[in-house]
Amino acid sequence: MSGPVAASTIDVSFGEVGAALALVAIAIVASRSWHAGLEEDIGIAVVRSAIQLTAIGYVITLIFDEDSFALVLALITVMVVFGAFTARHRALRVPGSFWPLLASLGVAAATTLGLVVALGIFDPTPRYLVPVGGMVVGNSMTAAAVALNRLGEDVSDQSRRIEATLALGATSSQAMIPLVRRSLRSGMITLVDSTKTTGLIFFPGTMVGMLLAGADPTDAVRLQLILLYVLLGAASIAALMSITLARRNFFTPAHQLREPAEP
Amino acid sequence: MLFELEGATYSRSGKAVLRDFTARLPIGASCVAGPSGSGKSTLLRLLNRLADPHSGRVLYEGVDVQELDPLALRREVSLVPQLPALIDGTVHENIAYGPRLAGRSFDTRSCLELAGLDPEFEGRDASKLSVGEQQRVMLARALALEPRVLLLDEPTSALDEGARDAVEATLRALRARTAISLVLVTHDTEQARRLADYVVRIEAGRVAAQGPAPEVLGDPGAAVAAAEDGS
Repeated sequence: MSGPVAASTIDVSFGEVGAALALVAIAIVASRSWHAGLEEDIGIAVVRSAIQLTAIGYVITLIFDEDSFALVLALITVMVVFGAFTARHRALRVPGSFWPLLASLGVAAATTLGLVVALGIFDPTPRYLVPVGGMVVGNSMTAAAVALNRLGEDVSDQSRRIEATLALGATSSQAMIPLVRRSLRSGMITLVDSTKTTGLIFFPGTMVGMLLAGADPTDAVRLQLILLYVLLGAASIAALMSITLARRNFFTPAHQLREPAEP
Repeated sequence: MLFELEGATYSRSGKAVLRDFTARLPIGASCVAGPSGSGKSTLLRLLNRLADPHSGRVLYEGVDVQELDPLALRREVSLVPQLPALIDGTVHENIAYGPRLAGRSFDTRSCLELAGLDPEFEGRDASKLSVGEQQRVMLARALALEPRVLLLDEPTSALDEGARDAVEATLRALRARTAISLVLVTHDTEQARRLADYVVRIEAGRVAAQGPAPEVLGDPGAAVAAAEDGS
């Protein structure tokens, strides 16, 4: 990406961040009045987001100052591992989901970041790789988690149909074809829909951030388009690879459906 | 001997389903009869390796089934599950599924006829059929693989009396027209009496009795007479 990144012209105080919390109160009131039981989760989300973002802010500052590729690699590796742990909680019905998730997030991050660097779209510097890596891992995690969640539910709901298909001499892979199709769709559809409606219903974060920071709108749009396409690719790699690796865990080598995992 | 089970045990979620199960199922029409939850369906799944026993052995024509290719075994020993579980699509697509995977030729219309359905059913949407019709499509789908053994898990439990009689007549006709062996699981002693030559009675995962059907199930006339004497 050519051209200097515009310097931020926005100064944000702690008081202003605190004022934004007033809107969180609306969420808590809504949850309480409808007995949705989300008050504690909202509180945890607010505190965790503050701590995590502050911490990552310092980490990113350090990485930018050091300008070290090894530190970038270490940060993205940590993101991939945490992403796999987080996604695993959404895939409780999938036996042994951690390793498929770890492998798929790692491959999605490596291939997409590797491609954009190899094509010369971004320089291999922390300023580009850290934020793009975060987006790639985050979106890949969501896609893989949704896909595996759907796969686990479908296998549980359709175990009779799967066994009936196995009984006709189908391999476990053949018996899973319709379920893989649906799970891949589930994992991808949110990102596909948001990509379709981008610019009409919502403005993506990177573009908004660049505009707020005073960048030229056409530069902001081009960068955003690159990111949208990279994220689509990463999400599809993560969803498809996690499904492909995890589907085997439902079966024994003799193409027998294992007992369902306890959710 | 078609099947022999030697001390087979099977547990699910830590609960014993089959305990030291030793039984024989000869060529012809056999029935595994017992109350709900006694382990009948699990037993059937061991015969074509949809599950393997945790200990003990299952022999098919004298060979341990674990030495056989499970996919080839399932094509030869075909299971019709208790409840219909058809794939999305037409009746023809359902019947074609197994033979296409095996790279075999098949005739949809003759399979439908063998299963007691009008051949005109082949173009119909499988999901729009009644439960009884779906059950027969399940039977036709299994027959399309030209199996040597048909495993039938409570094939009439979801049907009314008329449909049940029709399926039973179909099974009798099937035996008369083909050399196929049947292993039928049922909780209905009368159905066992009507369809089977050999019966294994199962209770709480154990063999309660086994032998030729009249010996195991007794003479129905005698049972009625005994009940009348006692009244």
